[in-house]
Amino acid sequence: MARRGEEGLLRQALGEPVAGNGLLHRRAFLRGGIAFTGGMAALAAGGGGAVAAAVGQSDPIGLDSPPTMTTPGRSFTPYGVPAAAESDVVRTFNVNPIAPGTGTSRTPLHLLNGTITPNGLHFERHHNGVPDIDPATHELIIHGLVDRPLVFTVDALMRYPMESHIRFIECAGNSGAAAGTMPPQNTVQGIHGLLSCAEWTGIPLNVLLDEAGVQAGASWILAEGADAAGMSRSIPLDKAMGDTILALYQNGERIRPEQGYPMRLVVPGFQGNINVKWLRRIKVTDGPTHTRDETSRYSELMPDGTARQFWLEFGPKSVIVQPSFGVNLTGPGYYEISGLAWSGAGRIARVEVSADGGMSWTDAALSEPVQSKALTRFRLPWRWDGQPVVLMSRAVDEKGQVQPTHEAWKAQFAPGQAFMYNGIQNWAIDANGEVSNV
Amino acid sequence: MSRLRTSLGTAAVGALALAVAPVLAQGAAEGPGLGRPATPEEIAHVDISIPPSGENLPPGSGTVAAGAMVFAERCVACHGEAGAGGQGLTRLTGGVGSLATDMPVKTVNSYWPYATTVFDYIRRAMPLDAPQSLTNEQVYAVTAYILSIDGVVPEDATLDATTLPQVEMPNRNGFVNWYMHEGDGTP
Repeated sequence: MARRGEEGLLRQALGEPVAGNGLLHRRAFLRGGIAFTGGMAALAAGGGGAVAAAVGQSDPIGLDSPPTMTTPGRSFTPYGVPAAAESDVVRTFNVNPIAPGTGTSRTPLHLLNGTITPNGLHFERHHNGVPDIDPATHELIIHGLVDRPLVFTVDALMRYPMESHIRFIECAGNSGAAAGTMPPQNTVQGIHGLLSCAEWTGIPLNVLLDEAGVQAGASWILAEGADAAGMSRSIPLDKAMGDTILALYQNGERIRPEQGYPMRLVVPGFQGNINVKWLRRIKVTDGPTHTRDETSRYSELMPDGTARQFWLEFGPKSVIVQPSFGVNLTGPGYYEISGLAWSGAGRIARVEVSADGGMSWTDAALSEPVQSKALTRFRLPWRWDGQPVVLMSRAVDEKGQVQPTHEAWKAQFAPGQAFMYNGIQNWAIDANGEVSNV
Repeated sequence: MSRLRTSLGTAAVGALALAVAPVLAQGAAEGPGLGRPATPEEIAHVDISIPPSGENLPPGSGTVAAGAMVFAERCVACHGEAGAGGQGLTRLTGGVGSLATDMPVKTVNSYWPYATTVFDYIRRAMPLDAPQSLTNEQVYAVTAYILSIDGVVPEDATLDATTLPQVEMPNRNGFVNWYMHEGDGTP
């Protein structure tokens, strides 16, 4: 006998919409069994099959089994790879013939689920290729406004106490195509794929800076990589002494070469390339160094002709990945709308979804655990009636910042600007279930 | 701390611990202390970054005329004649005064706030196929040449550690430090 609250939930579970065009309550079908379990027991009961007719001459059961159950499987591999049938779940990239190591590769976010990016699929942005660094000779030097300039070998760093944190890293140029005047007809990978999330393990940078002894008057650090771009970025000292870590491990294994082996900075919530890879040097300074990648690049021109510089922290952002461009619907009926939300300011507080172009919204469920400066998966059950709809998602972070519309984002900047874009992504679905970007 | 150091057992680490122990006791007493002191020579070897003050600029100098020759040899293939860009090429020059218009053009000369950044970036990262292969004199020279194309420096300019930081870039005051801007509560 259901209590009153449960009856309400039951109605929702049975499919009464809570917002326009068939959006269901975020807890419909969860833990439930309410709508779905009835038929399962019947199915199980009917599965017994024919009983052997004659005693003593029974057929071996293998005759009814798939070949995987009648032949021993293959042996072990030193390092596992995805199933052969998943061979299309790969990074995409265009090679610049003049500079083959310069550019980006993109994470296939629309083909993944959960929040962790497998290491082989983490997006890449290299400014002059992936260096091949020998960990036996690579060193990190900390100098500048410090009492004790220090040099650390990789072996020495591996002995330090470490922490693990799940953090997203996003290129400041991610979603730049969506900042244009025409919505790009491309997949989530193609538009938003310069975004990944991993568990990073390493040393709080403040431990090493404290050992060097930061002097009074210091206010920034410069971090420099050992790659052929000599990638260098200035980081505010309070951030460097805050949640920044010197990462040595990525999802449990040593950092991949394309992610900075043997070590990189992870500067949570900040522009991607400030998370300097192949880190070789930190100089403590009394101001920003104004490197090329914090003046010419990764700064944003405003309508009055001045530019935002050191606009480092990503605002709240979300994108629906299922369905999305290239991930079409196959006919009316039940679907789970699913997507990713994140903010450089901390945790995601809520994600709202609309199926009627923004006229009505309802909260999506956030998959636990919701972690600070990490990708958060949101989900919402939906019963599509087969009519054309426009799906949207809107993220709010724990500081109350709300993801802006495309138009509101554009209004802040001069024409043609595209860094740090976090406008709402709209997906139109036509009567055939085909998804386009509007 | 002392127990950890004792267990490490090497004379060198023990000596270091003695040498820095009074300082560590004030600040970093809890750190494992596994770094070794960096020598001034080591620091000089790796410290290639140049802030707007020009501190750390190397000796040497270069003229616009010499820079034109370096540019023709090492830069023009990717940046076009006079750094004007073109199909598939990265533009370096022009666009001065365009930033507040409907067609802003961001180039070295129209957008970059400091000439020190030009020197720093060319010296550390250019040319793309052979980074860090130019001499300091060549970097001063090619910096002077690029800046001269839009008249940021005169045709007869010579840049060195004294004159380079004094160059007034056209967009010198065009940047708002958004981190500080937000940090002081006035977004």
